[in-house]
Amino acid sequence: MAFISTGYNPAKPMENRISDIGPKDYNEFYPPVIAKNKGKWSHHEILEPGVLVHVADSGDEVYTVRVGGCRLMSTTHINEICEIADKHCDGHLRFTTRNNIEFMVDSKDKVEPLKNDLASRKFPGGSLKFPIGGTGAGVTNIVHTQGWIHCHTPATDASGTVKATMDVLFDDFQQMKLPAQLRVSMACCLNMCGAVHCSDIAILGYHRKPPMLDHEYLDKFCEIPLAIAACPTAAIKPSKIKLANGTEVKSVEVKNERCMYCGNCYTMCPSMPLADTVGDGIVLMAGGKVSNRISVPKFSKVVVAFLPNEMPRWPSMTKAISQMVNAYSNGANKYERLGDWAERIGWEKFFEVCELEFTHHLIDDFRQQAYMSWRQSTQFKF
Amino acid sequence: MAKHETPFLDQLESGPWPSFVSDLKQQAEVRAKNEEGVEFQIPQDCVDDLLGVLELSYKHGRTHWKHGGIVGVFGYGGGVIGRYCDQPEMFPGVQHFHTMRVAQPAGKYYTSDYLRQLTKLWDFRGSGVTNMHGATGDIVLLGTTTPQLEEVFWTLTHDMGQDLGGSGSNLRTPADCLGSSRCEYSCYDTNALVHFMTNEYQDELHRPAFPYKFKFKFDGCPNCCVASIARSDMSFIGTWRDNIRIDQDAVNKYVENDAAYPSNAGAHKGRDWGPFDLEKEVLGLCPTKCMKFENKKLFIDDANCTRCMHCINVMPRALKIGKDTGCSILCGAKAPILDGAQMGSLLVPFIEVNPDNDYEALTEVVENVWDWWMEEGKNRERLGELIMRQGFQKLLEVTGIKAVPQHVQYPRTNPYIFWKEDEVEGGWERDVDEYRKHHLR
Repeated sequence: MAFISTGYNPAKPMENRISDIGPKDYNEFYPPVIAKNKGKWSHHEILEPGVLVHVADSGDEVYTVRVGGCRLMSTTHINEICEIADKHCDGHLRFTTRNNIEFMVDSKDKVEPLKNDLASRKFPGGSLKFPIGGTGAGVTNIVHTQGWIHCHTPATDASGTVKATMDVLFDDFQQMKLPAQLRVSMACCLNMCGAVHCSDIAILGYHRKPPMLDHEYLDKFCEIPLAIAACPTAAIKPSKIKLANGTEVKSVEVKNERCMYCGNCYTMCPSMPLADTVGDGIVLMAGGKVSNRISVPKFSKVVVAFLPNEMPRWPSMTKAISQMVNAYSNGANKYERLGDWAERIGWEKFFEVCELEFTHHLIDDFRQQAYMSWRQSTQFKF
Repeated sequence: MAKHETPFLDQLESGPWPSFVSDLKQQAEVRAKNEEGVEFQIPQDCVDDLLGVLELSYKHGRTHWKHGGIVGVFGYGGGVIGRYCDQPEMFPGVQHFHTMRVAQPAGKYYTSDYLRQLTKLWDFRGSGVTNMHGATGDIVLLGTTTPQLEEVFWTLTHDMGQDLGGSGSNLRTPADCLGSSRCEYSCYDTNALVHFMTNEYQDELHRPAFPYKFKFKFDGCPNCCVASIARSDMSFIGTWRDNIRIDQDAVNKYVENDAAYPSNAGAHKGRDWGPFDLEKEVLGLCPTKCMKFENKKLFIDDANCTRCMHCINVMPRALKIGKDTGCSILCGAKAPILDGAQMGSLLVPFIEVNPDNDYEALTEVVENVWDWWMEEGKNRERLGELIMRQGFQKLLEVTGIKAVPQHVQYPRTNPYIFWKEDEVEGGWERDVDEYRKHHLR
């Protein structure tokens, strides 16, 4: 494994340096039918789950086959995507915001061969490599974060919870029989680098124990002021600790009741780990949306305060999600998003029909906005 | 033969949804066989070790990654995230396993030629594991060692014309929906605008000068497919000021349940919802009830339309967005940390999106907002939190935007108005002796 240099010279980092050039120009990547008809599209139709046609004013058509993708993806898999794009789409493709892959062709007769090719590809373990779907009134792909594959503060895994959930909701990925689209999102800790707070259903990893303090090493590994400044609730203060061997060391003290388990201190200071086998688990939220359609965008609400991490398939979590999806599917009107349905029937009925237990943890007690969520009315259902 | 036993992960190979475990296993195998003869610059078995460390997390219910120190490329303060494994002896292949963010193209369109250049580079100098894409929008290259960072950057910039994305207290890589490239709803060319803004603000993207992270996102219409209203400090959402264009013949095709005119562009085909009912499904669900259908003619009272998109979504062959298009700008959205989640608040109801003058109307708003935030924002304070702390009125003041009723859902419910001295006639300095001439002590 000999080091092979590109020509970069560490002694003269500015020599021949190119910087600040930004992303590639999208014009290089458009399929010809897109480049030609951009800004001149007349309408579109979802022909069947996962297959769309967009019709231009010129009469040109572009057929799109959408397939689910894992956001965690190997170069081997990407090369296979390229092979498919070369074979059917003159080397063009795109990804969607929700980690789907879209293969586009410029005539209808190219659709079936493309679909057949995509549907035939499976991993040795039996899962589909390119499931077609994710359109219209169904479940589309889950957007998610890193989880245990690559992050230092997750309270659960991301790819695993997503795989388990999508396996359970798979029929609704490949069909369009729900009242409206149902968007599921996943973030593996409360920092939510995948902003899941406006999703129909949100899976959220959550820690429940404040950080442990590795006093003997803390001052050696960490800049104490940075660890203190990292805390969003000002729960950390400097302290002096006498170790078992009698030496006094500089360290920190955490006011546990102020800790919200975000792990920001651990980001700054590896001597403050907070992950815990039984402390960590899943919060479920529901009823959010980002679209302005009919009703205004709204936040998701916490509907399950905690479920344990049950590796590798999180059955309690997928069961609760299924209960919500089924109750929504049975109860909502055409076009009605999950949150709009819950508001129409009332959240007290939501818990009843979803067979979810309401606990005191679900009553907001965090700062000013908490009051807005309490019931200031005699209008409620028994 | 796999390097590590993975009994937990093996259970994620079954079921219909694509298995990331199967994908990682095939990647480990491809690296082990190395039929291409790649001179791997990081450990050949790194993907085996990645599976191993992930399996250990499934066993422990805890992560085995540490956040890692300061790594990056010379002159940039973002784009690379240091990452180290906390069991380096068990998993030496992923001992140092840094992330590189690569700025994605607008609309996430690609050619296979470009992607193959990228996979070739990442097989050679990294793990061959990626995210397509990260939550913010970047292409994420997952796992390489410190000496490879400059080398990857060199190849990206010299051979591929490709730069890194943002991380840390920078402008994060802006992201967009596909916009007018393939969507008839789009009120402006999101691809062109996101590309312009990303290039215009390269310095802000690469060199941390902000109190905290800052995100731009560009949605072509109020359907908000890229969720800008929920997750970007400045959200640019396409809209229009004139009338929805109506094709009355096409409206009647929908009313007649013509098979070529399925409701909601066919999105509800999977269930029998009964025949399409214009009154119930469109007029009855219109949030402002500004529509009526009489004598086979649809009327829209556009002055009372709030452009929610519902009727257009239901009947895309009959109804089109207006022609006087531009965008609204909303500010301050963010996830819940710390004071709770915030949705973007409307700052500019309508602004032109004009490429011919380099979008000067938009950049003026952006730069005014940044000047204020960089001056007043505390360390790790998002724009939304600064707006909460100093007030929406302050945001209007620094951007020179006049208050209009569109800025609020309803006017304030308390009368505690903090008048400024220059707003009150005569100011606050008064002569108490003069007052006492008429009011005894």
